[in-house]
Amino acid sequence: MNQNENTTEKKIKLLLADDEKRFVEVLYKRLSRRNFDVTRTFSGAEAIQALRKTDFDVAILDLKMEDMDGLEVLKIFKKMYAPMQVIILSGHESAQTAREGMKHGAFDYLSKPCDFQELLATISKAIVKRDA
Amino acid sequence: MTGIIAGPYVLGMISSEAVLSTMQGQWWQYYLKTEKREIIMDRNSNSKRPFYRSFTKNMVLLVTIVSLTPMLLVSGIILNQFHTSFHEKVYAHLNELVHKHTQNIDSFLNERLNNIKFLAETCDSDKLLDESVLQEKLFQLQQNYGGVFEDLGIINEAGVQIAYAGPFKLDKAQYADAQWFNEALENPYYISDVFLGLRSSPHFIVSVKRLCYGKYLLLRATINFEAFNSLVENLRIGKTGFAFILNKEGKSQTEPHYDMLPIKKSYTDFIKAGRKTRQGIYMGELTGDSGREDIIYLAALLKNEDWILVYQQEKTDAFSDLVRSQIVAGLIILGGAFLIILMNLILFHKAVSRIAEADTAKEKMNRQKDMMSRQIIETGKLASVGRLAAGIAHEINNPVAIMVEEAGWIEDLLDEEEFQKGKNLEEFQRALKQINTQGKRCKDITHKLLSFARKTDSRIQSVQLNEMIEEVVAISNKTAYTRISINSYPDNRIPSIDGSPTELQQVLLNLINNALYALEKDGGKIDVTSRLEGSYALIVVEDDGSGIPEANLDRIFDPFFTTKPVGKGNGLGLSICFGIIQKMGGEIEVQSAIDSGTRFEIRLPLKNPMSSKTEDSPEETSTGTGE
Repeated sequence: MNQNENTTEKKIKLLLADDEKRFVEVLYKRLSRRNFDVTRTFSGAEAIQALRKTDFDVAILDLKMEDMDGLEVLKIFKKMYAPMQVIILSGHESAQTAREGMKHGAFDYLSKPCDFQELLATISKAIVKRDA
Repeated sequence: MTGIIAGPYVLGMISSEAVLSTMQGQWWQYYLKTEKREIIMDRNSNSKRPFYRSFTKNMVLLVTIVSLTPMLLVSGIILNQFHTSFHEKVYAHLNELVHKHTQNIDSFLNERLNNIKFLAETCDSDKLLDESVLQEKLFQLQQNYGGVFEDLGIINEAGVQIAYAGPFKLDKAQYADAQWFNEALENPYYISDVFLGLRSSPHFIVSVKRLCYGKYLLLRATINFEAFNSLVENLRIGKTGFAFILNKEGKSQTEPHYDMLPIKKSYTDFIKAGRKTRQGIYMGELTGDSGREDIIYLAALLKNEDWILVYQQEKTDAFSDLVRSQIVAGLIILGGAFLIILMNLILFHKAVSRIAEADTAKEKMNRQKDMMSRQIIETGKLASVGRLAAGIAHEINNPVAIMVEEAGWIEDLLDEEEFQKGKNLEEFQRALKQINTQGKRCKDITHKLLSFARKTDSRIQSVQLNEMIEEVVAISNKTAYTRISINSYPDNRIPSIDGSPTELQQVLLNLINNALYALEKDGGKIDVTSRLEGSYALIVVEDDGSGIPEANLDRIFDPFFTTKPVGKGNGLGLSICFGIIQKMGGEIEVQSAIDSGTRFEIRLPLKNPMSSKTEDSPEETSTGTGE
């Protein structure tokens, strides 16, 4: 009961993982402004590290990072903390990789550059899914 | 970095044609169009009928010449040899014959002369003057030599027949003026020419001159003409060969049954102009004129060259055997030549038509191969362009995303109070909106580039047919007219199959485009159905459009066959489809009826069901060893 009350007050914890620093920064600013608790990571390893410390609600994951393949990161995410919903946000639009991502438990797939409102809508849908 | 630098160039190149084509879903037509003219020219030069005809003609001519020349040469030589030797043989034979006859006649004359000589020498002249003795001697001679001796007589110097034995009444006959008598007086013995004389029948005289009491007496015997004539007449060969005897003046001494040589000059001169054999026989030929046959003749001098024995025969008669065998040989040669030519004609006609068939088959194959290889090359080119495009698209997407998000961030900030009062707020908002719009435009472009890149991929992958069908139907529905509905009826049992998704997509798009074209006028519906059929996946693309005329059905898979107006279709779509389906080990069939629609059926072999199991098994074993 208390927990439920808490979640409404509690900020939603978002994990951003993308090797495009500027992109992460601007998203961080925009999402923080909308009352999300955003953690910025700039590589696959960093993202995994961050997940070890915190249980995030939603992760926004790039598929192509310099150190690791996004799909690999996704698999590890799912092993580490399954309740976290992962939204793939990639510049490398491909139905094939999207399907692969969905197969490995991603929540949804968006391609860069994406509409910010669409991203927000997807995040809220992911939260609903997580709580379901 | 390199991607970004190369960006404008590649973008310019692709956006001009390839991207546009991609948007129309017929990008392959863009590169095949350029090849079309070249291939058509190839095709025109392939109409080689006149070439094969002249090839046949030349070969037949050559082989006929090669085979006939030795045959004709050999047979010509043989015939010539045969001709010559036959001629020689005939001439030799005739030569021998004439020679013998000449000898016979000479010896006959000599014998008769000797008979008389003997008579004159053995008997006294006095006795012979006695007609009874003379009669007796004549009888003896006639007994010994048949009817050769007609009579005997003794003539004195004055030309009076002083004794006579014989059937005619020639006692005291006067011969003083007779030519033979005068000539006989000058010679010790004498054989006269044939003449009629006092008895008015042809005969000739053999006489011997004797001195009796200082005066010459002539003992003469008359030789029966018939007996002598028969000697010559015996020489008869063939139908026209006969002999006769002439004297120096050319008067006939025998009674020939046929015409003698038709010549105006002196006979002897003419004959002596011929070639002479060792036996002293003249031979030659007389060319016939105006209805007369060519004639060969042989002539021999006899009776101390007083007389001449002539044998003559028509050439065709003399050489009739030769002519006959020549005709037979000629017929055989002609028949042989005819057979050779006929066989050559038949054989080469057959061979060349086989070659022509093989050539056309090969050309067709080459054309297909050529087309396929061009397609593969072009696909490869496009694939590399596509990969480049994909790289660029990805490179661009990130900065564009940052731009758009930064603009969004400014928009976020504009909500704050301090900015709300700003003079240029609306202008700011408009500019930000514009940045957003242009960002989306960039996204559209990069998405098209990426989808183009995907389409150029002809690698074999596992393809979800149903997904693909639905994707293609969705794309086509967007472009189709409202009057046309495209529906898909997938069979969920179909597993994924091995193939190039790009190419399969191309096939489906092509068939649907064709169907759309058929429905353009009146509208209608297109059904795309998939079904599991044994070890094949069946895809049916069916429309209820105008249909394909039966005459065209056989040709619709031929390259460059199109019924669309010039410039609308290159006639390659279905042939490429055919090539792709064949490459995948499948088949494509068409059924159509005018005004009731067209139905294309594609059968693709399913992926080997064992392959998924073999993929899984190594994993299982690895985990097993891990434990």
